[in-house]
Amino acid sequence: MAPELGHIALILALCVALIQSVLPLAGAQARDPALMATAKPAAYAQFLLVALAFGCLIYSFVVSDFTVENVVRNSHSAKPMLYKVSGAWGNHEGSMVLWALILALFGAAVAAFGRNLPPGLKARTLSIQAMTGVAFLAFIVFTSNPFNRVIPPPPDGQDLNPLLQDPGLAFHPPLLYLGYVGFSIVFAFAMAALIEGRVDAAWARWVRPWTLAAWSALTGGIALGSWWAYYELGWGGWWFWDPVENASFMPWLVGAALLHSAIVAEKRDALKTWTILLAILAFALSLVGTFLVRSGILTSVHAFAVDPKRGVFILAILIVAVGGSLALYAWRAPMLKGGGLFQPISREGGLVLNNLLLGTATATVFIGTLYPLFLEAIGGAKVSVGPPFFNATFVPLMVPLLIAVAFGPMMGWKRAELGAVFQRLWVALALSIGVIVLTLALDKGRQVLAALAMGLAAWLIFGALVEWAERVKLFRAPLATVWSRAGNLPRAAWGMTIAHAGLGLMVLGITGSTAWQTEVIRLVRAGDAFDVAGYSFVFKGTQRQEGPNFIATRAVFEVYKDERLYAVMTPEKRLFPAAGSTTTEASIRTNLLADLYATIGDPEGAGQPGAAGPPAFLTMAGQDVAWTARIYHNPLVPWVWLGALTMMIGAGISLTDRRHRVGAPQRLPQAAVPTAAE
Amino acid sequence: MKRLLFILPLLVFAGVAVYFGFGLTRDPSKIPSALIDKPIPEFALPEIAGTGKPALTSATLKGDVALVNVFASWCAPCRIEHPIFMRLARDNAVPIYGISYKDKAEDSAKWLRELGNPYKAIGWDFDGRVAIDWGVYGVPETFVVDKAGTIRFKHVGAVTPDVLNNKILPLIEELKRKS
Repeated sequence: MAPELGHIALILALCVALIQSVLPLAGAQARDPALMATAKPAAYAQFLLVALAFGCLIYSFVVSDFTVENVVRNSHSAKPMLYKVSGAWGNHEGSMVLWALILALFGAAVAAFGRNLPPGLKARTLSIQAMTGVAFLAFIVFTSNPFNRVIPPPPDGQDLNPLLQDPGLAFHPPLLYLGYVGFSIVFAFAMAALIEGRVDAAWARWVRPWTLAAWSALTGGIALGSWWAYYELGWGGWWFWDPVENASFMPWLVGAALLHSAIVAEKRDALKTWTILLAILAFALSLVGTFLVRSGILTSVHAFAVDPKRGVFILAILIVAVGGSLALYAWRAPMLKGGGLFQPISREGGLVLNNLLLGTATATVFIGTLYPLFLEAIGGAKVSVGPPFFNATFVPLMVPLLIAVAFGPMMGWKRAELGAVFQRLWVALALSIGVIVLTLALDKGRQVLAALAMGLAAWLIFGALVEWAERVKLFRAPLATVWSRAGNLPRAAWGMTIAHAGLGLMVLGITGSTAWQTEVIRLVRAGDAFDVAGYSFVFKGTQRQEGPNFIATRAVFEVYKDERLYAVMTPEKRLFPAAGSTTTEASIRTNLLADLYATIGDPEGAGQPGAAGPPAFLTMAGQDVAWTARIYHNPLVPWVWLGALTMMIGAGISLTDRRHRVGAPQRLPQAAVPTAAE
Repeated sequence: MKRLLFILPLLVFAGVAVYFGFGLTRDPSKIPSALIDKPIPEFALPEIAGTGKPALTSATLKGDVALVNVFASWCAPCRIEHPIFMRLARDNAVPIYGISYKDKAEDSAKWLRELGNPYKAIGWDFDGRVAIDWGVYGVPETFVVDKAGTIRFKHVGAVTPDVLNNKILPLIEELKRKS
């Protein structure tokens, strides 16, 4: 029953989205308030219907309804409840329903919270959003129905890929999609503005909170994915420049550029056509990411649903959405009037530099990801681009950007004096040099580049703090004044300080884990003792563990620091009989400054069990068995993700800024020159 | 002139879309290789110090049905497929040869120490020139070579248990029977 209900809800949602994509837009063109008013109930209805369909899908997974093909392929009756639920979106069809749900959620959110929006802009935005909805709902209904039945039902399911059975990964897709799909609403705003021929400070102010929300969710989604790779894949790395990682990274970079250029559009009424272009590109790259993952154009660990029919459908969506919007841009954008002028050395200039560097970095990642395909298309040699390419191109672009981050907020609008800014940043500079010297001393001068990178991280953190201290007049005014100034500081300023400092923390983590990782790989027998980065490990042997849908061998290490028991680490290898595959469970012990990371491999001289028998790690036991153990000491690595979390928090605080919450941002005729082009 | 600037994004996208369309016409996990049923290219690759395995040349590959796996330490999918090769090597199912692709020798050696070394011989293809002759598109790629040294099958991307059991192993059995 539930599958049919869900299927019908999807079809109805498609119909509602069709109506929503036509009527409000027609109403806005004809200036008919009644037609425009259809947008709001339609957006609500579309959201409720997709939510119902999604609920039905989750229900089918929860009750293990093996008459549903999708449940058979991705679930198992013995799977823990969390993974039954997350299995609903751990596959192609279900993840597309999640995609449509979030699309509708953003539409409904604009309908609900966009009370201040002029009715025309709101109606057009919701219509554009519904067009995207039509495309994806049609994609689901016609090519990727998650509710297909199997008759007769098999006795049990084939289980979800064990690698995906993990709490971090249960929430990785929803967060990632909130980000990806969140850019759809920014895109819809940009299209609506182009149709209206009107982009002004108020428009930029309406767009910014949605950009912030999408970008911060995307930050979280990417960070969660990378964290998962770190602890689940079991080799201590956390970023691989995998095509699918890149696919999510590109919208993130463009989104970051958009966040900054929207500030210029809002405060200075400049960079408007550029901001619109970035809004289009952010969503275009989200669509490209979807296309790359679903079409099977690139092979990757992530690639699922390789089906040419689906690829063609998504390519069609991509061409209509991106091609159409860029055509509209080419036609309408030249009619938008430019705004305030500024000198190259100014806050605007700084933000332009930010945009140029982020844009170039995006182009680099784009080329690196697609170059092999392009080259083959023109009949050239077949090549492969790996991390060496990205390290050689992306990193050098980031260095000037990171240096500039501390300068930007210190500069005035319109024009600024670089010398004066330097003067105010000398504390940050001195502290950063101090960090470089200290690092060199502690490291005995072995890694100069790493020390410089530590200095860069310090520069970001101290630069953000110095800027904040200036604003609240820390050390230069009585404490009461400082207190009240801090209280009056706009949330957006707090958000910026926190996000920039978070970026610094992340650089700290990246540097530490790249430069000073210690890795020990050795064969261990019960009772063996060895040292890793100042910790003494004692291998106590292995135990058999039984989980709900897996059997595991658990290795037990006692870790001593200064003769005292510091931790007991228990890495595992698991066999999931239903899926017929094994996973490695790393054991991680962190003290926030560094991670101890242990995994266990196969026993040495594992017999000849053959493909059918249980794997050697389950059958071999006893004192004499030697196991391959891999122990890493990863300094500062937790800050990669804590830095990302800090950036998210910063974006979240900025999102609660008064100007986004209270009152109608007014289109002041005396402040902004009207740019109506209708 | 200024108008042209605004049309530029559209033009760039049109180019990209054409390539995407092209990309769809080929399935990277199938065998687009023109080298199927052709003899393996002539090559001689140096060994990787510290692995204890000999160097790899085209002569090594003649005389027995063999798997050739192109890998790199920086390649994430290679880690995913590696246990499959370890198991094959343990079962002595088929000799497996490795080509280390655009990778520092010490990185490859370290990687193999860490994950185990299933290869009978390993060639170090630092600049990727030999891989080009093999028609390698990206790492990992895996080839089945028959006794006469003819490429019979190519798989792009990580070898999964499904590919192994349904394609590679049956093919190897078949090739072994044909003497």
